[in-house]
Amino acid sequence: MNPLAAIGRATLAFLAATGSVVLFGLQAIAAGLTGRLYVRQLGRQMLEIGYFSLPVVGLTAIFTGMVLALQSYTGFSRFEAQNAIPTIVVLSMTRELGPVLAGLMVAGRVGAAIAAELGTMRVTEQIDALSTLATDPLRYLVFPRLLAATLMLPLLVVVADIIGVMGGWLVSVYKLGFGPIEFINRSFEHLKTEDVVSGLVKAAVFGFIVALMGCYQGYRSRGGAQGVGAATTRAVVSASILILVANYVVTELFFAR
Amino acid sequence: MSPRSDAPPPKIRIRGLKKSFGRKKVLDGLDLDIPQGRSLVVIGGSGSGKSVLIKCILGLIKPDAGSIRIDDVELVGASRATLEAARRKVGMLFQGAALFDSLPVWENVAFGLLARRLVDRKQARERAIATLAKVGLGPEAADLYPAELSGGMQKRVGLARAIAAEPEILFFDEPTTGLDPIMADVINELIRTLVSELGATALSITHDMASVRKIAHRVAMLYEGRIIWEGPVERLDDSGNPYVDQFVHGRASGPIKLRV
Repeated sequence: MNPLAAIGRATLAFLAATGSVVLFGLQAIAAGLTGRLYVRQLGRQMLEIGYFSLPVVGLTAIFTGMVLALQSYTGFSRFEAQNAIPTIVVLSMTRELGPVLAGLMVAGRVGAAIAAELGTMRVTEQIDALSTLATDPLRYLVFPRLLAATLMLPLLVVVADIIGVMGGWLVSVYKLGFGPIEFINRSFEHLKTEDVVSGLVKAAVFGFIVALMGCYQGYRSRGGAQGVGAATTRAVVSASILILVANYVVTELFFAR
Repeated sequence: MSPRSDAPPPKIRIRGLKKSFGRKKVLDGLDLDIPQGRSLVVIGGSGSGKSVLIKCILGLIKPDAGSIRIDDVELVGASRATLEAARRKVGMLFQGAALFDSLPVWENVAFGLLARRLVDRKQARERAIATLAKVGLGPEAADLYPAELSGGMQKRVGLARAIAAEPEILFFDEPTTGLDPIMADVINELIRTLVSELGATALSITHDMASVRKIAHRVAMLYEGRIIWEGPVERLDDSGNPYVDQFVHGRASGPIKLRV
């Protein structure tokens, strides 16, 4: 075995996969922008991706905010900097933890569901059936999901930010002895619009990634139940990794300014 | 040479069709004509490429070489618009019915009409109920979901969906697979009536010989990627072709060797 050949093969496979995901995304967007928009499908997906993810994202956010307040107290009390806790909570939630955790939770919940649904439609020939009924599957199935996820994730993150800060507030007020008004005033003291906006940009990017990986893996799945299962796993894993990579890239873009 | 007046040009004309998956040659220079208004059934063993043939004609699989013409319009290498125009002439019944399980029965049936914006939702529902009646289902089936239907009912709904837009061409992929013999006969009977009512050109693929005898005008046998015999259904029993004989009578011994 030639080790160089193995490296080359892996590199080529990686590049081919990247190219085929990008091409798939571009084709879906082109199909969606050139023809009619399936409003019913879009509405259904917005409900499914946005509204029904609220409990999961809300629970994640509240406990994260609570832990943030507790942990930063442990550290900051050692050099008498407890006053910074509200700022730490609000900045961490809006800039980082709100979008990343919401993105990862939605990847698990929605990415998997999309991959499983489209995968089942593929192996039971429902996607072929769409083509024979004068309907472009990319336009009907994929584009509404991409659009819905890209639109809904920022809204989910707004909710996650608020609930997360509320979690921090609860712990700070009832456990750490902050004044309720004081905490809120201090959280707004150093908060800039950019902090929230950068988080929402991240959210939109993550939403697109989750829907794209779910659709791509589902659309291309083969070979019955096992194939659909494998596609679902790949969708969640690849979306989660891409979210963490994209998180750094977007942070860097906002940091540079 | 002038064309013979008693032979109208074929509705579907396939020449030299080739398709390989990796090293496996599935179609290897297949030629086939389907005359206007006739029902042709392609028989052949499992994995002989029957489904690939239908998917090539629909443009769902891209052939490696060859020519497919519907109404004398070339489809291999054709633009998206040409392919879509050709697909509009075709209604298809899929093997597992392939009903959209997120939609109720009536929306499944009227899906093609709604997609082409031929009707509004109210009219679509009426058309769907009328079409369901043609396949022997009452209006109470219209609001059920596909998961609530038996296999035979799913096939009927699939059939209704295929004929809803009154297509010129109908494809049937294993229409009787998975049904009991009585339900299979009901579906065969429906196919025969509907095809002749619509005056459609039909292409079916199956390995169910009872179905072949019921729905075919002509029969073609696919073996190793080519059509090795074609003739009217009446000649099926004295085709003079040992491959066809073996298949029709379902014998384990003969020229066809199963590669297991």
